[in-house]
Parts: sequence; structure tokens; C-alpha cells
Amino acid sequence: MKRALLMLPLALFLLMLVFLFRGLYLDNDELPSALVGKRFPAFTLPSVEAGEAPVTEQDLLGQPSLVNVWATWCVACRVEHPVLNKLAAEGVVIHGVNYKDDTEAARKWLRDLHDPYQLNISDPEGLLGLDLGVYGAPETFFVDADGVIRYKFIGVIDERIWESDLAGRYQALVDEAQP
Amino acid sequence: MKLLMALFAAMLISLSATAAIDTYEFDSEEQRARFYYLSSELRCPKCQNQNIADSNSPIANDLRREIYRMLQEDRSNDQIVDFMVERYGEFVRYRPALTAQTAVLWFAPAVFLLVGLFALIFMLRRRQKAYKTGGTEQLSAEEQQRLKSLLEKKDRND
Repeated sequence: MKRALLMLPLALFLLMLVFLFRGLYLDNDELPSALVGKRFPAFTLPSVEAGEAPVTEQDLLGQPSLVNVWATWCVACRVEHPVLNKLAAEGVVIHGVNYKDDTEAARKWLRDLHDPYQLNISDPEGLLGLDLGVYGAPETFFVDADGVIRYKFIGVIDERIWESDLAGRYQALVDEAQP
Repeated sequence: MKLLMALFAAMLISLSATAAIDTYEFDSEEQRARFYYLSSELRCPKCQNQNIADSNSPIANDLRREIYRMLQEDRSNDQIVDFMVERYGEFVRYRPALTAQTAVLWFAPAVFLLVGLFALIFMLRRRQKAYKTGGTEQLSAEEQQRLKSLLEKKDRND
């Protein structure tokens, strides 16, 4: 009994070690989005392209889509852009939210680097970004056909992460939408 | 003396200048106090170990602007915090709300303290008991004998 008690501090220390060791490999940067499971927030914002009608949350309904928050000042978005182009060519529905950006620069970006987006939402004040809980770019929301946010991915979508994880999530939403 | 005081005052001012600088005009001192309270209670989502009062990141700037806007609209502190939690999750609170998930955070320190206190009391009691009963009683007759002979040996050597 007494010996067991003496071992207690060692046991506690080892237990702490386990937690600390795990902590070394935890990815703290990823926050669970507060919006998963909620409806895409209501908005009415102009299109990035001149002369197009304003976009609202109603335009997202009917088919599952990825809503990609991007900006020309975001270096990582430039890395992500070719991947989005490729996905769009494969038939993935992607909408863009141009977040706190200069509209002229955004148009030039879309002209020069190709435009993978079906809807181009312009959010120069970051108002939609605030309602979406965006704190950096790029961030990508997976929205189902009923306009409910089902998943949020923070960071650059590359081919590896798309194939290993995200493609399955998108396909599940597509399958769900089929009657 | 006056000069010294002025110098000291100047040092205080430069200390507070480490916080991010905004130019908001408040209707009242009470509103200003609430602004500082809220922006120091909420965590910046981008730079995770700073509150939004101290951070200069664009998102912290935006959130300060939102707090200011909501204060002007006469919203309560709870409403403002809820607004942030709805968008950025529980994470933005430096003081997490008390839920089943966070109960450990809230109560573990008190539990540890209590366990420590009990252990301390237990040990002190035991020591006191040993002291009261004289301690030597715990030695058997044989041990007593040995102790005596050891002491005698020591005396002879001295």
C-alpha cells in the first residue's frame, strides 16, 4: 500500500508526459467553425464583375458548392488558385468571395489567372467575411444544396488534401442532393 | 521633485501605448470602459495568444470596429460576446462559458487544491500523532537495546 502511494507521483508524472507529448503534435491553428450545421448567412453583395446583378445567399441554393474566400493580397491564395481551376474544370461548383480586396485588382487576377468561380461575390468591407467567421484567407466552406454549411476548410487546398479528404466530403454532398 | 513626477507620469503613458491604437470617440466614460473590457476579454482568432485589444492584425481591427459599432447601438456585453461566439466559436472567449466540455477547466484547479490540502492535513495529523505518542515506543525492545549500545559506543569514542 505504502509503496503504491510512493509510486503515485511517478504515475502522475508519466500521465502528464503522455498529454504533453500529444500536445507537441496537435495542430492548434485549426479552429472548429462555429458555423458548421448552420445556414449560410444572408447577404446581398455586388459581383466582382462590372455590370452583373448583385448576389444573395439564394443564389447558392439548388446544388452543393464550395465557397472559397480569397483575396489578391493573400499569397497562399495564389498557390491555391491553379488547384481551384483544375477542380472547376472537373465540374466542381466553386463560388468565390473576394474578401477585403480592391475590385480592380481582383478583376485583373481573374482575367490573368483564369476564373474558376461560378459566382463572384465582392466583399470589400469584409461584412460577409465577418458573418462567416473568416479570420484569414483562403478559407473554403462546403455548402449543401439547401444552403447549409457542412464543413469548413482553413488554408490552401492542394491536390493531396483534396484527394485524401475533401473530394469525399464534396461527393457526399453531391450524392445527398440526388433524389 | 515636480520634474521627477512628470517623468514618472510620462513613463506610465508610454506603457499603455503598447496596445493597438484606434481613434474611437465614445459617448461616455462607461462606454469606453466597456469597449476596453470587451476587447480585452475576446481573443483574436488569427493571433491566438493575444486579445483583440492588443493585436494589430486586420481581423482584430475589424472586430474592434464591430464592438464599437454594437456599443453605439446600445447592445449589452452579453449580446456582443454572443455575436462573436456565433461567428468564431467558443474559442474567442478568454473565459470559457461553463459547459460540460469546459467543466474540467473550471473545476480541476479547485479539485487539485483540495486534494493537496487533504494530503497535507493527513500527513500533518500522522506526524503529530507520532510526536505525541513519543516516537520511541515504536522501537521494539531489541531495537532499544541496539540503540543503547550504539550510543554507549559513541560515548566511549568521544
